[in-house]
Amino acid sequence: MEKIQKIIEIVGLPRIIIFLFLVLLFVLTPFVGIRFDASINDVIVRFGMNAILVLSLVPMVKSGCGLNFGLQLGAIAGILGALISIEMNLRGFTGFFTAIGVGILFAVVFGFLYGLLLNRVKGDEMVVATYVGFSAVSFMSIMWLLLPFKSQTMIWAYGGTGLRTTISNQGYWYHILTDFLQIKIGSHIFFPTGTILFFAFMVFLVWIFFRTKTGTAMIIVGSNSEYARSCGVDVNKIRIISVTLSTVIAAIGIIVYEESFGFIQLYTAPLLISFPAIAALLLGGATVKKASVANVIIGVFLFQSILTMTPSVINTLIKSNMAESIRIIISNGMVLYALTRVTGGRS
Amino acid sequence: MKINQNKTINPVVHFLVNNAVPLFIFLLVIFSIPLSGLSGTFLINEIITRFSRDLPLILALLIPVMAGMGMNFSIVLGAMSGQIGLIFLTDWQIAGVPGLLLAILISTPIAVLLGYFAGVVLNLAKGKEMVTGFILAFFMDGIYQIIVLFGMGTVIPIITSDILLPNGYGVKNSVNFIGVRQVLEKLIPLKIGQISIPVGNFIVIAILCLFIIWLKKTKFGQEIQTVGNSNEVARMSGINVEKTRILSIIISTVLACYGQIIFLQNIGTMSTYNSHQPVGVFAIAALLVGGASVTKATIPHAFIGVILFHTLFVVAPRAGVTLIGVPQLGEYFRVFVSYGVIALSLALYAWRKRVEKENERKKALNLKRSLLAEQ
Repeated sequence: MEKIQKIIEIVGLPRIIIFLFLVLLFVLTPFVGIRFDASINDVIVRFGMNAILVLSLVPMVKSGCGLNFGLQLGAIAGILGALISIEMNLRGFTGFFTAIGVGILFAVVFGFLYGLLLNRVKGDEMVVATYVGFSAVSFMSIMWLLLPFKSQTMIWAYGGTGLRTTISNQGYWYHILTDFLQIKIGSHIFFPTGTILFFAFMVFLVWIFFRTKTGTAMIIVGSNSEYARSCGVDVNKIRIISVTLSTVIAAIGIIVYEESFGFIQLYTAPLLISFPAIAALLLGGATVKKASVANVIIGVFLFQSILTMTPSVINTLIKSNMAESIRIIISNGMVLYALTRVTGGRS
Repeated sequence: MKINQNKTINPVVHFLVNNAVPLFIFLLVIFSIPLSGLSGTFLINEIITRFSRDLPLILALLIPVMAGMGMNFSIVLGAMSGQIGLIFLTDWQIAGVPGLLLAILISTPIAVLLGYFAGVVLNLAKGKEMVTGFILAFFMDGIYQIIVLFGMGTVIPIITSDILLPNGYGVKNSVNFIGVRQVLEKLIPLKIGQISIPVGNFIVIAILCLFIIWLKKTKFGQEIQTVGNSNEVARMSGINVEKTRILSIIISTVLACYGQIIFLQNIGTMSTYNSHQPVGVFAIAALLVGGASVTKATIPHAFIGVILFHTLFVVAPRAGVTLIGVPQLGEYFRVFVSYGVIALSLALYAWRKRVEKENERKKALNLKRSLLAEQ
């Protein structure tokens, strides 16, 4: 009994409940007439779509800046990259990597400024970041109306000003990674090798980075900034690097997401993009102060499984759309749990 | 350091710096009014309406600020309880003032319960109350959906099937309160020229303000302020800090519940699953526009804020049309102003807090050094 209590203490009760819920969903699949392999395929595809966005949170958590509720800044940089690549009429891998390149440029600028701001609000990063993210999205909504994009695929054909709310990237770089070396397993599983390889590459880069001198310094800053300062580490500089890195990875993440999804969503669409990503990371075992690549992989897998399985299973079972409400409760419940633990328990 | 600087600074400059947000919005409003092309009477009527229906929700924010818990983003929970009360009242088809009182009777216990829950959660996240309250509102939104969309008509009995979805359970996306629509406004009708004045609302607002002023003067109010200044000092003087914080959140939630009822009875209809969502952001943005900060918010701040913020709300979309011919521009702009004002105020507050902390540290170090030198 004590052992069980200890496991609950370490893993966290919400995670156990969510995990059991997921197991239940998988057990139920054959009974509600849903193809198991099709569900697995959905989970893998969604994993590829979202994993890099979740990965982008890691550097900021490691440097002690907390959960990046201002993920939208990176997303906006990525969207700008994607739009410019389409505006330049670039297709295939050229278009995709141009989008990423331009996205990174914007992300470096945004990330640097965002880092400067977060250094001035130490201790309150999360609440400030949330509203900086929201302001950025609403400011860009104005910009999407005013920016002088010309490409016919992106602006309203008639009767409207500015960019469309959703822009298709079909014919440009849609599924450029997903279809790369795609492997077909059985009748319903299409393994998106390219997307997974790209994610593995990003993970590898992050892994390498945390083994460099700067990366190690970042971990020290995150675990004890006073100690880092006494070691001669420039804490503020390291924090800015971590914020910039998070923003850059987020920019890449949103482009990969759009590549797989097929659409670039503008205006209010990116408003709440940080919440599912944060929930996934926390579900994977991360806390406000600790996160690893393993947390990202486990978290995205579990979270996306729930997102895929809940609608299909629950909606068939009780003939109603409860899945959306369950998603809201799970993702925000996870964040709430993490926030109340940092100061509540040992800090 | 900062205080010394302020002493030498010209008082006019000091005033401008300290009230940058309200002044900026004021200038924006002055700039947008002619662009909007709206008539004076229309504008005044609109502002009076918005003042009377939005102010109660803003007043609900004041007590938690006093208790040092910052802006209470979880007033959304109060709004939810108010909406549940209104759903039942529409279901039971009770009209007029009795209907309104019944809605209050049903929703008060729910608001107290939710407020208690919010208070307990926020106590677990001391120092991070705002972001936690914000997430808590999202979390409870899921629970609210489950209760209203799946519980009502199945577990919770609903008499009139009119308000239910075609499948027999779950409340429709929009509910009309024909019986209680603008009851408060019509209670004591008064019209001066073309301007109608909702005396009923003003009386309620006056009562709410008096309640807050009275509360500040009671022993409990003093305790709240002590807790707001310093948890340690409060604890040393024998105040139960946790309990005081929970109580202040309960009061805030209950006031927000009444605020939402007043707001929705004015509109006369509600979007069951959306009406409560923007309540926190708009109320907080309005209060901050009025010159409040995370640590200090008063009734005058609420008054100035609601007038400035909502005038901007009325004129911004029209000004957008005049400027570039796109109404969405003004729409996005006012959303940007709401979020931007909150971001700016929170950032300034956090920045100031850090500078003060750093100064204290320097002071302590200097003291230590001088003591060592003396030895």
